[in-house]
Amino acid sequence: MRRWEANQLTEQRDSAVPAPAPALRGGRAGELWSNPAFTAALALALVFILGLIFSGEGAFYKWGTHRDALRQASVFGILACGMTVVIITAGIDLSVGSLLALAAVAFSIFSIHWGWSPWVAIPLCILVGGACGLVSGSLVALCRIQPFIVTLAMMVFARGLAKWVSGGMKVSTAVPAADGTYTYVGVPAIFRTIDSRWFGGNLSVVTVIFLLCVLVSWVGLARLRWGRYLYAIGGNEEASRLSGVPVAAMKMVAYTLAGLSAAVAGICQAAQEQQGDPEAGSGYELSAIAIVVIGGTNLMGGRGGIGLTLLGTLIIGYIEKILSINAVGEASRLMLTGAIIVIAVLIQRRRS
Amino acid sequence: MVAGQPHPSSVTSSDPLLRLVGISKWFGPLQVLDGVNFELSAGETHVLAGENGAGKSTLIKILGGVHQAEAGRIILDGQPVRFANPREAAAGGVVIIHQELSLVPSMSVVDNIFLGRERSRGGWLLRRNQEEEARRVLGQLGLRVDVHRSVGTLPIAVQQMIEIGKALALQARVLVLDEPTSALSEPEVEQLFARMAELKAAGCGLIYITHKLEEVYRIADRITVLRDGRWVATTPAGQMPAPLLIRHMVGRDVDLAGARDEAVGAAAGPVALRVEDFSVAGSRRGLRPAVDRVTFDVRAGEVVGLAGLYGAGNSDLLSGLFGTLGRRVSGSVRLHGEPYEPTSPACAIRRGLALVTNDRQRTGLVLGLDVAANVTLASWPRVTPGGWLRTARELEVAARTVQSLRLRAASLRQNVRTLSGGNQQKVVLAKWLCTGPRVLLLDEPTRGVDVGSKQEIYALIREWSAAGHALLLITSEMPELLLLANRILVMHGGRITAAFTRATANQARILHAAMGGEPVD
Ligand SMILES: Nc1ncnc2c1ncn2[C@@H]1O[C@H](COP(=O)(O)OP(=O)(O)OP(=O)(O)O)[C@@H](O)[C@H]1O
Ligand SMILES: [Mg+2]
Repeated sequence: MRRWEANQLTEQRDSAVPAPAPALRGGRAGELWSNPAFTAALALALVFILGLIFSGEGAFYKWGTHRDALRQASVFGILACGMTVVIITAGIDLSVGSLLALAAVAFSIFSIHWGWSPWVAIPLCILVGGACGLVSGSLVALCRIQPFIVTLAMMVFARGLAKWVSGGMKVSTAVPAADGTYTYVGVPAIFRTIDSRWFGGNLSVVTVIFLLCVLVSWVGLARLRWGRYLYAIGGNEEASRLSGVPVAAMKMVAYTLAGLSAAVAGICQAAQEQQGDPEAGSGYELSAIAIVVIGGTNLMGGRGGIGLTLLGTLIIGYIEKILSINAVGEASRLMLTGAIIVIAVLIQRRRS
Repeated sequence: MVAGQPHPSSVTSSDPLLRLVGISKWFGPLQVLDGVNFELSAGETHVLAGENGAGKSTLIKILGGVHQAEAGRIILDGQPVRFANPREAAAGGVVIIHQELSLVPSMSVVDNIFLGRERSRGGWLLRRNQEEEARRVLGQLGLRVDVHRSVGTLPIAVQQMIEIGKALALQARVLVLDEPTSALSEPEVEQLFARMAELKAAGCGLIYITHKLEEVYRIADRITVLRDGRWVATTPAGQMPAPLLIRHMVGRDVDLAGARDEAVGAAAGPVALRVEDFSVAGSRRGLRPAVDRVTFDVRAGEVVGLAGLYGAGNSDLLSGLFGTLGRRVSGSVRLHGEPYEPTSPACAIRRGLALVTNDRQRTGLVLGLDVAANVTLASWPRVTPGGWLRTARELEVAARTVQSLRLRAASLRQNVRTLSGGNQQKVVLAKWLCTGPRVLLLDEPTRGVDVGSKQEIYALIREWSAAGHALLLITSEMPELLLLANRILVMHGGRITAAFTRATANQARILHAAMGGEPVD
């Protein structure tokens, strides 16, 4: 009868104390490891340590390197902000790279060729991006076509549109005239402004724009009601609908935001390259998705956040920078990046 | 607590089929099981009882290899075993029907039944063979469905039967049923019990978890009670009458409000909900309408029960009224005398309707979000003035709402995924309580809720009714229906075929009408 002893002890203890609360045991360690923000920060710290070791003959110890790493990551980061919003609703947006090109081309035509004021050109470009996003969003939300398909179609369509409006050529300061000759015009002031640096040359303007995007998206996702709606939709669309959540409208908002962020990224890209390249941004959508996932936002929707995407952007940006200051060739760089993405996600993998 | 002592005589007669010894389990910092012992003999039905969150499901998940225990041993047939996953457990003859359905909605019935153990020869699926076997197994349960239909399109009761069929298709020596009947109605339960009796006669050991007391005393040979993750008592069923069982579960005396309160609904007010010629089209073209021109009204302060077997249309009627089905509905509905178009849930909520659906995981909760967010989900416009989230306000509203429901959660920030089944159900109720509804559509509101909490939900329903709300109630538990409803409408084949008042309603009559029988006097 020995096997009952333990229970009899329990019995006595039980009758003495009415319904004790479940015992608290174990540390906070388990919780920490299942917190994606912690693991993403850890991955970033690892990347940093790698940078300190392989410092490219001390380049990593100079602020200029960091400033450039941030600058180069900014355009991807801006795309990733919009992508995060869409992925949280359990969607995906493959069109952001093409929308970036479309916005870059449009911005260049408006500013360089037509000499429009940035106060007109920038809102118009952003409007174009947002409108394309809205079209995707409507198809997803109202016609219930899968996001992958809708945005794949938008990706192809927007690329075509960019090529059509640019005549398939880069829109640069060399303006073609009707007779086939070129006239050269100056770089518009707004291009220089966006491509310049602030704070004594210590911070690129694009990085500031990126951080603004992060801030706006963070407020939206973490502080506004509609941010919560996005999480709810990603977590359980049917339950959300039955609870009165405006599912279709929120999905349209999500894709519109992705389109807006792609347009902002396109404007930055055009300013940095001082031209609008209709081929720009191809493959960027995948980089943006990689950033979001490395940050720890769940591709299945419903979980994640913009803070994680900020970490993801930094991880990817620094990996690229460290590889380049160590003069790693393009081929090895790509292979290493692929491997590092997998490793970063493995570090992240939460205990379930 | 003398009655709580285990009965040595009853356990030494033969070597038990299964013994769980000193099982302990933590989820992070939370200990949910503390040295629990349990044993099962061949040919025995052992009921495992306990409040919501007592750790019943966790215990059997450890047995079935879903979770791993931090301490304790599992001894099957005298041999210590340790199952790393459900597959190994099934190979060892331990089969579990889980509380939350584990079917793949997009796959067909037959594919679900054979998922993970497809019959094949040389890599080719033996489709015919599988289909025949699936039909045979479901036929034993009295279920006739098209085995090629995808499971997600079937009503939840049918899904639950398929889940049971899936388990029965395995050669189980220990079969665990975790609240298998929570969505089933009377005749289906009978079918299940008949099958269980056969298995028992064949020497299979059955562990049965339920919150329905009448089931406990119909099938139990022995009862084990858990409370707060600890073993409390194990006795033969005959030696643990209901009041004692409940005292063991809850740790205090609970007044089973068994007496019908005639005063409730007696002072029914004006008509709150008038439904005329209301129809819901079939889910696919060519199917007969799910609800066929029904007409009834519900007065303020009245609880109207909707009885019927699955497929009778009562769930569709509620969904239709709530606007879930969009354009599939027709007919006229008036709310407090004003015309009402059931076009969308958002609009229904604005008009003071609430719908507790019968499938909390699929249509009730957002599993990735925490308790507070789920409770306030349908009231966000009110909780978030100007569109800004106010964490403090959200927590305050949520805390106030769950207070009356005795929710067991570590905190309001706990993810609802990790709550026990009954507590998840309470979160769903809290969500609708929070919206301050005036017309409540309740589809199995006490599904998976323990005895004590059921009383609280009953009290809540009475409170609502006393406050002049109109309630439409579906429940598969006949005693609950008889206890709560002022009037009972019986549906069959999409039509209302009988209506009973308190005076005329009884179990036999309702069942007779629900199965399509002519009304008798
Ligand atoms: N994965 C998990 N992570 C954290 N806590 C969990 C997890 N699963 C269960 N719990 C907690 O363990 C406790 C016991 O849960 P369990 O599901 O075993 O209860 P139960 O007895 O089956 O209750 P019910 O009758 O409501 O189904 C609950 O308090 C629950 O919140
Ligand atoms: Mg359970």
